[in-house]
Amino acid sequence: MSIFEYNGSALVAMVGKNCFAIASDRRLGVQLQTVATDFQRVFKIHDRLYIGLSGLATDAQTMYQKLVFRHKLYQLREERDMKPQTFASLVSALLYEKRFGPFFCQPVIAGLGDNDEPFICTMDCLGAKELAKDFVVSGTASESLYGACESMYKPDMEPEELFETISQALLSSVDRDCLSGWGGYVLLVYAALLTPTEVQEKILKGRMD
Amino acid sequence: MVKMTDLPTKGGFSFDLCTRNQMLLDKGVQMPPFRKTGTTIVGLVFQDGVVLGADTRATEGPIVADKNCEKIHFMAPNIYCCGAGTAADTEAVTDMVSSQLQLHRYATGRESRVVTALTLLKSHLFSYQGHVSAALVLGGVDVTGPHLQTVYPHGSTDTLPFATMGSGSLAAMSVFESKYREGLTREEGIELVAEAICAGIFNDLGSGSNVDVCVITKGQTEYLRNYQLPNPRTYISSKGYSFVKGQTVFLEQLLLLVSKLVHVEAIFQLRVDEWQYRINWGLVPCLC
Repeated sequence: MSIFEYNGSALVAMVGKNCFAIASDRRLGVQLQTVATDFQRVFKIHDRLYIGLSGLATDAQTMYQKLVFRHKLYQLREERDMKPQTFASLVSALLYEKRFGPFFCQPVIAGLGDNDEPFICTMDCLGAKELAKDFVVSGTASESLYGACESMYKPDMEPEELFETISQALLSSVDRDCLSGWGGYVLLVYAALLTPTEVQEKILKGRMD
Repeated sequence: MVKMTDLPTKGGFSFDLCTRNQMLLDKGVQMPPFRKTGTTIVGLVFQDGVVLGADTRATEGPIVADKNCEKIHFMAPNIYCCGAGTAADTEAVTDMVSSQLQLHRYATGRESRVVTALTLLKSHLFSYQGHVSAALVLGGVDVTGPHLQTVYPHGSTDTLPFATMGSGSLAAMSVFESKYREGLTREEGIELVAEAICAGIFNDLGSGSNVDVCVITKGQTEYLRNYQLPNPRTYISSKGYSFVKGQTVFLEQLLLLVSKLVHVEAIFQLRVDEWQYRINWGLVPCLC
């Protein structure tokens, strides 16, 4: 049994028009037993940058704590928030540092960069970055998620449509994976000129099996 | 008191989690598959310089993780390096040597030489005894002329007129062995490299998607990203999937307004008392 299948997870991030969405499942399990149905996998780094961590839950939480620590130090030194591209390099470096004894987690990073340009990126557990322009997936349901996103994704979606697409992709993929599911959590960030940046968090109703 | 392990480390590898990971392995847990670049990477020397080529597929086990990744890495303005093997290792090692070359350029005030990059790469890979799994094709043009070298994960190198590496190397080498000759022109060189990469893309399962080409000559480098796209997506339905608003049922919703609209006017002509009036009534926009 693989170490990534110990807790079970599903994560997906998609890019739309001036917006991005990041979604995760809510199950925490110990192999085949479910221990929690409200587990948080998507964490906020700052208002315009979020990271989802799949894989072994303890490593995901440790990784998040280390990243928040490093980001706070950065904020103190630079007196501003980190850009998503810089943050992705930081995560990659922290993961590669443990090349021969890695953290068993795969991050999905989503944020708004300069000019409100959405940025998404994923990495394997060693920090090999994959910058995508459309969607990124991670977790035990990743194979189903690849298929669902590949067919459902359209470029330049508006926020409402993006929310529907990412939710349907997530729910249909976790239905085909025993280790993830038990509801969904979607976070959508939308930025446009002359309107304040909107952040919507929604808890989805899914199959509880 | 902050422990030493919590502060950002000075660089290099950290082996903190090795004991824990070994314990997990002993209990029968399998190590996860790392993202590899299945890959076909090639290089050849033509009359004016060097042409490098690579496919663009990154795999994670049997799954394609990235359909259009970049495998030709920048080392110096006149030196580029194609990487095969574990993706994190090729990226990290080429980034590291690229930074070292930049520092070396600042120290010496001269253009970098390919042998410098080669020596830095091979000594790093040898010291990790092949555990840093990066197989590289290094090519560039410096004051001593055009150079093409291959670097293996254990640290050995070869200097060749034409080279292929990766899982698709046999397919690409068959093309080179039959069609390569000395004194190729630029167009012939690019065409031959593209043909060799296509052979890898179509015949090797670990390579796929598009062809990237990089042409390095004395004083000029051209990186032709996605030079050929022989695998376009033709199966997308034009209608696509459209979901009506409200199709997804959600239990809770939280809407946050992240930043207020900052509308700052330059009010220079106000008298002091009018300014005070405005502050009292909250009409002065706050900066947040």
